[in-house]
Amino acid sequence: MNPKMKIFSYNSADTYIHRLSGLTKLLCFLLLTFAVMYSYDIRVILAVMAFSVLLMRLSLIQFSQIRVMVIYVLIFLATNAVISFFFSPEFGVSIYGTRHEFARVFGVSLTYEQLFYQVTKFFKYAAVVPLGMIFLLTTNPSEFASSLNGIGVNYKAAYAVALTLRYFPDIQRDYHDIYLSQQARGLELSQKAKFLDRFKNSLLIVIPLIFSTLDRIEVISNAMDLRGFSKSKTRTWYTSRKLNRQDALALGVSALIFLIALGVSLFINHSRFYNPFI
Amino acid sequence: MNPQPVIEFSHFTFQYFSQAEPTLHDINLKIYPGEKILIVGPSGSGKSTLGHCLNGLIPFSYKGEIQGSLKINGHETSTLNIFQLSKMVGTVLQDSDAQFVGLTVGEDIAFALENDNVPCDPMRQRVREVAQMVDMDNWLTNSPFELSGGQKQRTSLAGVMIDDVDILLFDEPLANLDPATGKTAIEIIDDIHKQSGKTILIIEHRLEDVLHRDVDRVIVINDGRIIADMDAHALVASSILQDTGIREPLYVTALKYAGVQVTEDMRAGHIETLQTQFSRDALQTWYGSIQAGDHLNTRPSILTMEDVSFTYDGVRPVLTEINFDIREGEMVSIVGKNGAGKSTLSKLLCGFEKEDRGRILYRGEDIKDKSIKERAEIIGLVMQNPNQMISKPMIYDEVALGLRLRGVPEEEIKPRVEKVLNVCGLAPFIEWPISALSYGQKKRVTIASILVLDPKILILDEPTAGQDFRHYTEIMEFLVEINHLGVTVILITHDMHLMLEYTPRAIVLAGGRKIADTAAAVVLTDAQVIAEANLKETSLFALSHMAGIENGTQFVQGFIDYERRLKNR
Amino acid sequence: MKDLFKVNTRTIVATGLGAAIFTLLFMYVKVPSPIPETSFQTAYGVSALFATLFGPIAGALISFIGHALSDAIQYGSPWWSWVIASGVSGLIFGFAFNRTKVEEGEFKGKDILTFNVIQVIGNAIAWIVVAPLLDILIYQEPASLVFTQGVTAAIMNAISAGVIGTLLLVAYAATRTKKGSLSKK
Ligand SMILES: Nc1ncnc2c1ncn2[C@@H]1O[C@H](COP(=O)(O)OP(=O)(O)OP(=O)(O)O)[C@@H](O)[C@H]1O
Ligand SMILES: Nc1ncnc2c1ncn2[C@@H]1O[C@H](COP(=O)(O)OP(=O)(O)OP(=O)(O)O)[C@@H](O)[C@H]1O
Ligand SMILES: [Mg+2]
Ligand SMILES: [Mg+2]
Repeated sequence: MNPKMKIFSYNSADTYIHRLSGLTKLLCFLLLTFAVMYSYDIRVILAVMAFSVLLMRLSLIQFSQIRVMVIYVLIFLATNAVISFFFSPEFGVSIYGTRHEFARVFGVSLTYEQLFYQVTKFFKYAAVVPLGMIFLLTTNPSEFASSLNGIGVNYKAAYAVALTLRYFPDIQRDYHDIYLSQQARGLELSQKAKFLDRFKNSLLIVIPLIFSTLDRIEVISNAMDLRGFSKSKTRTWYTSRKLNRQDALALGVSALIFLIALGVSLFINHSRFYNPFI
Repeated sequence: MNPQPVIEFSHFTFQYFSQAEPTLHDINLKIYPGEKILIVGPSGSGKSTLGHCLNGLIPFSYKGEIQGSLKINGHETSTLNIFQLSKMVGTVLQDSDAQFVGLTVGEDIAFALENDNVPCDPMRQRVREVAQMVDMDNWLTNSPFELSGGQKQRTSLAGVMIDDVDILLFDEPLANLDPATGKTAIEIIDDIHKQSGKTILIIEHRLEDVLHRDVDRVIVINDGRIIADMDAHALVASSILQDTGIREPLYVTALKYAGVQVTEDMRAGHIETLQTQFSRDALQTWYGSIQAGDHLNTRPSILTMEDVSFTYDGVRPVLTEINFDIREGEMVSIVGKNGAGKSTLSKLLCGFEKEDRGRILYRGEDIKDKSIKERAEIIGLVMQNPNQMISKPMIYDEVALGLRLRGVPEEEIKPRVEKVLNVCGLAPFIEWPISALSYGQKKRVTIASILVLDPKILILDEPTAGQDFRHYTEIMEFLVEINHLGVTVILITHDMHLMLEYTPRAIVLAGGRKIADTAAAVVLTDAQVIAEANLKETSLFALSHMAGIENGTQFVQGFIDYERRLKNR
Repeated sequence: MKDLFKVNTRTIVATGLGAAIFTLLFMYVKVPSPIPETSFQTAYGVSALFATLFGPIAGALISFIGHALSDAIQYGSPWWSWVIASGVSGLIFGFAFNRTKVEEGEFKGKDILTFNVIQVIGNAIAWIVVAPLLDILIYQEPASLVFTQGVTAAIMNAISAGVIGTLLLVAYAATRTKKGSLSKK
């Protein structure tokens, strides 16, 4: 693993998206992803996707920043597509209620329904990715916890997230250091070792990491108790911001998209699916 | 003085849940408002435990049995909870990484106010004010990674001061700070004391460094008992420090070597207050009798760095064109500012990181292609942070681990482990779990786990952080012993006494560059190097000036040689 | 029962740091399994350990936050169905909290059994019930596919949690000290 990697490659460019408060971004992210997750209408999905790609341009995210993620996602989607086809090649037919076969390969029939279902699903998965990336790359980690508290998550749970973000780099560095110091005492960690040995050896690194973390939990919770954490039912956040007109605009647009997605399903398609076959 | 004490221990005894004996015995102590108190004592004597009783971690977080009474501001602590106590006692813990819970400096300072539901605007205002007091107002949006050890310490200080408490408690605020930053820390604490009139307690091993500014009283703890409670002048004039194994100020040692009877009237508690008129002649005579020896190691070189440069992130250089040559059987210090790159250098030597440019040679041979494991056969590294090395729950297993991994037979392991545990003063704890050790004791476990492997070159990163004088002397004397047998020793340290005493030669780093490589005594008399590398002039130097001795360097070197001869006798 | 869901500062800190370890292991420390293209997630051993030591709330949040975060870092966005299932598994692991004597320094036969029964139930519910149902609900995946995936995941994760979790708990028990047991020699 690469210890030089950062958890959030948050870059503090100054764009409209960056300037929105963390709370706004979290709410918009949730509204838009829920819209996509609810709807199985490819028109809605593609519209949201186009919108989010536009937002990505707006927030000056470079392709190089997201290349690795895009590759991961494509691999995931490709595997999913292949497996789900072999498991239920007739699933599309059962959803859309018609059957238009256009080819047969090795005795398996290919139908337009299946194709349409799988394409829709592909985009349904893919559409949330740019939204997540925008959120991840433009939100200051400091604002994240207070935003969670802002949408109603209990402040203690929200603070646990803040602690995760605070200590992840520390733990990453510790892991790396333990890995090295174990080798220096004579541990063989090369890829050549046998499966069982490799398993045992990774434990030799994970165990000290966990035990030093358990000790650390004591010290950190002491430090927090000494400064009055969890003494009252609520807390305020140094990083929280008042919402302004821009936030209201962003929230309004996202809510509208969410309602449209819902409306299309309820009133036009009368189901979560858009069915072009009847 | 105000008759009503802020802190009052009477017949107070505490025993940890897992211990067979009490850790604190029959403590009786009164502290009055606005006093500034220093608490010293050997490692494991119960100083942190005493602090935990004050801030409520005992019994809130550490379980055990309490007898007797402890009153703070007139309230019996057993009737209070930790939140009520936290409004009266602010604690800066030793581990500044643990204390720093916020993602940025600003958030961390604001932490206590957030928990008090202070609204955002007044909170920011107050954070700015307090940050200004500790000179951190330009760093409010920085994360802990971008800060040096000293800056983290300042942040912790601000985070505690923001909550208007009456009593401030510092548990080893100086460990791991470079000498100049340590000095600044003491000055900041003193300024807060003067401006706010708060009651201040400092727990610290580095007595002389704390005494850089006034303290009202010094309390000495040994084996869980208070054995002295007096002012600094009386303390250094007594024999208590030697008896309990605590390092007395260096200039006091020099006075004693010169045959001067140190009395309370000499006001020897601080070098600034020292009355030298009675001792000038004695010092001059003694200076005439000692002469600096010549230290020239002409043996072949064992470890060489040639133009080594390194960066972690490919952007900011951490080490730039480092050159040096270490000879077989040498004992060398590497010193310099927090963040200068000392630990990084040691990691390069062990192959934990790979140099970007330049070469590292072992006996003239490039070791670029040697793996970590191969290098470890030659070079043993004790890392700065003990938690990064410890991997077993029990002390014995931890020390034996390296031998076991190397396939040494169990019957040979036992005597070897027992021997190093003895050297490191850990023999009484051989069956204990590591989790029941104090910080200094843990650090010694890591030293033992490397010593047991008998490396040819030994690198110790801050071996004495959090150690008391007696244990550190024992460890250092053992190092000297194996050094005489031919082991090369490299010490990375912020402790100027240690550098002077044990290593004839010092390499100084500042900003990732080597700025000096010369005799240790010379380093500490070069004003420019001192300023650039955040070091501190030794008090011996000041003493020599007070006694009218021109050549301070000679005096310092003479002192060291004299001390060595005493020890070798 | 009430104690099971008690939350104090220690629980929160354990959650935060536990989730950080979970994230790290989830991304980097997978032990390759004999079946190609799959691996044992050591992370579930950690969530099982933390859940047993700190309770169901910590367990649930650790796996939920950890899984969501590592998905976000790797794929740009969490796959909610599996993230929620992870959270459910951690929640159920937490029922081992206070049911074993690990804090008193003992983790033997009966405790190991209790822990593993709970852990297997947790994995079964999370991966054979919750994850597939959510996959069907959100993404309309074919049922035969998601249930096959679920059963595989349940088996793999039960092995990770069982082996690694048990080993960690045994090691942890060894560090616990009994009342009045420490004295200098
Ligand atoms: N949590 C604990 N459980 C049991 N024993 C403990 C615990 N913490 C400390 N002790 C024991 O109590 C004694 C005093 O420890 P304490 O941490 O107060 O020492 P200290 O004077 O602060 O030492 P140092 O200078 O090394 O920090 C030690 O012998 C230690 O082993
Ligand atoms: N793993 C790491 N990744 C990135 N930067 C690092 C890493 N370790 C150290 N640094 C940075 O490299 C610089 C040198 O650090 P190093 O630990 O070598 O300093 P040091 O001289 O040992 O300081 P100290 O006296 O405080 O221990 C610092 O600015 C530090 O922030
Ligand atoms: Mg201590
Ligand atoms: Mg260092």
